[in-house]
Amino acid sequence: MMRTPAWKRYNMRVVWLSLLYATFLIAAVYGFKHQLVPTGMKYLVAILPALPIIGIFGAMGRYLVEEQDEYVRMLMVRQMLWASGFALSVATIWGFLENFDLVGHADGYYIVIAWYFGLGIGGLFNKLTLGDGGC
Amino acid sequence: MENRLRILRAERAWSQQDLAERLEVSRQSVNAIETGKYDPSLPLAFRIAELFDRPIEEIFVSPSRRSSKAI
Repeated sequence: MMRTPAWKRYNMRVVWLSLLYATFLIAAVYGFKHQLVPTGMKYLVAILPALPIIGIFGAMGRYLVEEQDEYVRMLMVRQMLWASGFALSVATIWGFLENFDLVGHADGYYIVIAWYFGLGIGGLFNKLTLGDGGC
Repeated sequence: MENRLRILRAERAWSQQDLAERLEVSRQSVNAIETGKYDPSLPLAFRIAELFDRPIEEIFVSPSRRSSKAI
C-alpha cells in the first residue's frame, strides 16, 4: 500500500489497538485461569479482547473516509471486497462441513483471520489486474 | 479511459512524480490514469484539466465518441 498520510495514521491506530488487544487478552486469560473474575463480570471480561479488534475494523472504516487519494482508496475497497467474499465463503463452507461432521468446530473469531487472509488475496488480485498490490 | 495525459506531461518535461505532487495524489494514481487502468473522478478530472489549462474533453477521450468514430 502506498504510504499516504491516512495510511500512516491507520497504521499507528492499529499498533496501539494491537497492544491494547494483547493487554486485554493476557488479563482476561489470567483472570479466568486464576478464577479472579467475579461472576457478574464474566461476560464483560470475556469480550474485552474483542473490543480492540472491533476498534481495528473501525480504524479501517476511518481510513477509507480519510484517504484523499481516490485510486489508493479504490485499491483498498477492492481488497476489502475480496476479503469479505473470501471470509463469507470460508464460513459457509466450514459450516456445512461441520454440519456433516467432516471437520471439527472452529471458534467464530477465526473468521477475522480468514478476512485478513482474503485481504492478501485482494492485494494479489490488484497486483495482477492493475499492477499495484496494495497492503 | 483513453487520454492525453502522458503527452501533456511530456510537453512540460514533468515526471509522473512531478505531476502527482501537483495533483496531490500518489505516483501510482498518475500511472493508473495515464495507462487507462483507472478513470479519475470528476473532481480529479477537473483538477487535471485546470492544471493543464485545457477543457476536460481535450485531455480525456469520451468512450461514447470513441466508439461512434469507430462505427
